[in-house]
Amino acid sequence: MRSRKTNIFYGIDWILILFYFILIFLGWLNIYSATITDEAYRLINFSTEYGKQLIWIGLSLPIILLILMFEAKFYEKFASIIYLGALLLLLGLFVFGKNINGATSWYNLGIFSLQPSEFAKAATALAIAKLISDKLFNLKKLNTQIQALLVLFFPAILITLQPDPGSALVYAAFIFVLYREGLPIYYITVGFVALCLFIVTLYFGYVVILISSFLLFLIILLIFKIYRKKALKKGWLKILGIYLVSAFFIFSVDVVFNHVFKQRHRDRFNILLGQTEDISNKGYNTNQSITTIASGGLTGKGFLDGERTQGNFVPEQQTDYIFTTVGEEWGFIGSTFVILIFISFILRIIYIAERQKSKFSRVYGYSIAAIFFTHFTINIGMVLGLLPTIGIPLPFFSYGGSALWGFTVLLFIFIRLDANRSYEW
Amino acid sequence: MKRSGLLSFIIIFIGIIFIARLFYLQIINNSYNKPTLNNSAVKIVYDYPERGYIYDRNGVLLVANQLSYDIMVIPREVKLLDTLEFCALLKISKDEFIKKINRAKKYSTRIPSTFLAQLSKNDYAYLQEMMHKFKGFYIQKRSLREYPINSAPNVLGYISEVNESRIQKNSYYQLGELIGTAGVEKTYETILRGTKGVKHIQRNRFNKEIGPFKNGVYDTLSTPGKDITLTIDAKLQQYGEALMANKRGGIVAIEPATGEILSMISMPTYNPNLMVGRERSKNFTKLYLDSISRPLLDRGLQAQYPPGSPFKVMNALVALQENVIDTKTTIKCFGGYRYGNRKDAFMKCHGGTNGSPVNLNKAIYRSCNSYFANAYRKVIEKYPTSYEGMNAWSTHVKSFGFGNYLNNDLSVGQKGLIPDGDYYNKWYPNTNWTATYSISNAIGQGEILTTPIQLANMTAIVANKGFFFTPHIVKKIKNTVLDKKYTTPKHTSIDKKHFEPVIEGLFNVFENPQGTAHWSKVKGIEICGKTGTSENPHGQDHSIFIAFAPKDNPKIAIAVFVENGYWGSRWAGPIATLMIEKYLTGGTIRPWEEQRMFNGSLQDEYNKQLLETIEVEK
Repeated sequence: MRSRKTNIFYGIDWILILFYFILIFLGWLNIYSATITDEAYRLINFSTEYGKQLIWIGLSLPIILLILMFEAKFYEKFASIIYLGALLLLLGLFVFGKNINGATSWYNLGIFSLQPSEFAKAATALAIAKLISDKLFNLKKLNTQIQALLVLFFPAILITLQPDPGSALVYAAFIFVLYREGLPIYYITVGFVALCLFIVTLYFGYVVILISSFLLFLIILLIFKIYRKKALKKGWLKILGIYLVSAFFIFSVDVVFNHVFKQRHRDRFNILLGQTEDISNKGYNTNQSITTIASGGLTGKGFLDGERTQGNFVPEQQTDYIFTTVGEEWGFIGSTFVILIFISFILRIIYIAERQKSKFSRVYGYSIAAIFFTHFTINIGMVLGLLPTIGIPLPFFSYGGSALWGFTVLLFIFIRLDANRSYEW
Repeated sequence: MKRSGLLSFIIIFIGIIFIARLFYLQIINNSYNKPTLNNSAVKIVYDYPERGYIYDRNGVLLVANQLSYDIMVIPREVKLLDTLEFCALLKISKDEFIKKINRAKKYSTRIPSTFLAQLSKNDYAYLQEMMHKFKGFYIQKRSLREYPINSAPNVLGYISEVNESRIQKNSYYQLGELIGTAGVEKTYETILRGTKGVKHIQRNRFNKEIGPFKNGVYDTLSTPGKDITLTIDAKLQQYGEALMANKRGGIVAIEPATGEILSMISMPTYNPNLMVGRERSKNFTKLYLDSISRPLLDRGLQAQYPPGSPFKVMNALVALQENVIDTKTTIKCFGGYRYGNRKDAFMKCHGGTNGSPVNLNKAIYRSCNSYFANAYRKVIEKYPTSYEGMNAWSTHVKSFGFGNYLNNDLSVGQKGLIPDGDYYNKWYPNTNWTATYSISNAIGQGEILTTPIQLANMTAIVANKGFFFTPHIVKKIKNTVLDKKYTTPKHTSIDKKHFEPVIEGLFNVFENPQGTAHWSKVKGIEICGKTGTSENPHGQDHSIFIAFAPKDNPKIAIAVFVENGYWGSRWAGPIATLMIEKYLTGGTIRPWEEQRMFNGSLQDEYNKQLLETIEVEK
């Protein structure tokens, strides 16, 4: 007990901390490579982006200490208040926010800008953990499902309105958390089927899909008629209902895609699906990104020796496209290493989450695993040309103070909670 | 599966997909690692050769090049230390600077765009010294076209920036490059432009150029564009344009012995220098949108008119070839030709022969409608059915190049229209149509449409007595042999002997005191010609004239169309004969006639038409 009170590092998971510093270090090396210019060829120059990133990294140390200093119970007790505070910060953007690149996502604090959506993730994770850890909470019931959904909905909608739909998409990650805590499987199934329908509808056009889904429906009816006459009698309404709903969905995909989406969004999907030839170079970013990574080959061109990185051929390379630097300069071996580190890191979080006795800690851990996973998947998927262009950062790698601090807070709250696991509270 | 396992499973799955994708991109698929095009660390610099010059047949320079210097900007590379100094050097204000740079950014931050176009040579010399101070800016030398003589824009055409659809079709061109888009510039684009050279320059990781990529094994040298000599006679061309002042229409003059186009005039015209330089797009739009006088329409090639009386020459030849008339065949004409029982089935004739016998010769020089109606009818009726007769007639006419593209080196053209049996079957289905249904064809009205160049070609055929060379505009390209189709004669379906009497008739148009162009006769030159007056729905009749001279060993064949010029001998006749005179003797002995043409204007007539059009639209 004594050591616990005097030593704030007591019981923390050093493996996670090691992962954290490896990622931060590798991230900074790549930012350095991506933003260095010849006239400022010095290691320490705080006016450059790599210099600033070094400051953010340095400042994250006091933040870590602060987080570790609080009692684990504090986070559970004040989860709702932190969540409300985050919502207020998001709301405040509409009044005081600063517009950068068309999105009002930043507070201008003089020397630097703060992006509250990066911190809202941690707040939401806390709130969800608090909600689910309630003993009376049962995710099998509809009204509790709605409660959980509302907790996610508020920050997500506020971020979408900034507009920063990429960051809002991260909140979809919580479906894994809810599923882990008892949400019926068909939510995931329906989500997955809807995603597949969305893609095939865009790819083949809604007429083809409507017709083929109708044929599928007929075949299913036929199979039931022959083999399971009884089941058909009871279930034919259900089958018809499912068919009608999916037909409506297919149809609305077309409507939404062609009338609600903006042209640039359509371009991104169409180019990815190979639907339009990319004549006017709308896929410039993706092309450059893929070419840059491919040029790395097996072993890469070496640190600071990637011509494409140094020549600034990839737009936004230090932020959303930071992984291209890894690909070019460190090659297949380095990129695979980074991917393995990320995967091990997230799996480690899940492993630790599963060993928690407190439900609150487990749900929170699961939430951040899901958040890291979503960022990782969307970002690398986009850079590798597997997903449409969605601008969200790669945790610990992408340049930016808010993102770095946001992820640090996310992770270290969990480390704090985990350090407390052996105590009854 | 336990619920806790799902996320871990998906994470591992995604990890495997990513590593597989990396393996594919970085190790299996090498197409991204091609040395040149896809490697943006190699800068590609093009070396544009000078575009070839264009000369007229006598060596007069028609199109040359002038150098121009543009300041280009690559917005993302801009690092200005002293904006004010830069602005002062370029003599622009700071606001202008911001406006221009924003426009460039809007286009692209990484592709160069023009910041300031067309500096003077003095500015360039001075700026060149200073440019190294302003990162992201550089000076690009461009070659612009220059037209020493203000003439023949319809022949020469112009060059403009290549558009996207063209780039897709032809990988030679890149955005921002120039391409011939009309006239000779278009047809002889590949010859005039030469081939651009490519240099690959390796850049190091700081974007600095460190020398040729792989010692220049991928580099190519440029080959300069070739000069072209045209068949055009610049003097004649300019003279024709002056004669046509304030009149609309087209003139085509051909050298019969070679098919070379001596001049090709389309009025109204414009100064070719308008299509060059900073004001180009403004000027082009203005010309393009002028839907009233349509200066961009080449009336010599694209305007399709009913040919009127000159077409009687064609019908005379067909009738002689089909052996339905001979030189002694006569008819009597009482002011017109009755081809049916109905009261209005009567074609008027202004030949004024009043019942005296009219033979072929007289029919031509008096332009007797009745005679040719009779001849035309006989041709059609010679065959068992009108359908076959019509087809026979049509085949003869088409052998003169009518009713189809000439397939030559002019960038535009029109087919015109020569009806055949199928045409009338379509128009008169289930009807037993006869020659009288299309009797207007006999006098070049009716369904027939021709372009001035087709008529000029017909005139050349008559001058050659039965054959022609495809009319063409190119005379000589250095080190190149002219396309065979311009040096092989094409024979028509009319025998040589039938041309003699027709030429006599055309000669009498001038020589005989009763000839329709007797008053245009030029002392000392034996001209053969035919007047024409073509009815049209837009207003006054078109004034038409065809002629060739001298009668023996002809040097020039010409067709003149003057829109709404009342009748043939009023405008087209004098213009044609003046041009022949100019070409053969270098001057004129009829200065009064020349002055009348220079000063004569049909603008009132065109204004009247415009007002009528507006009235109708109201």
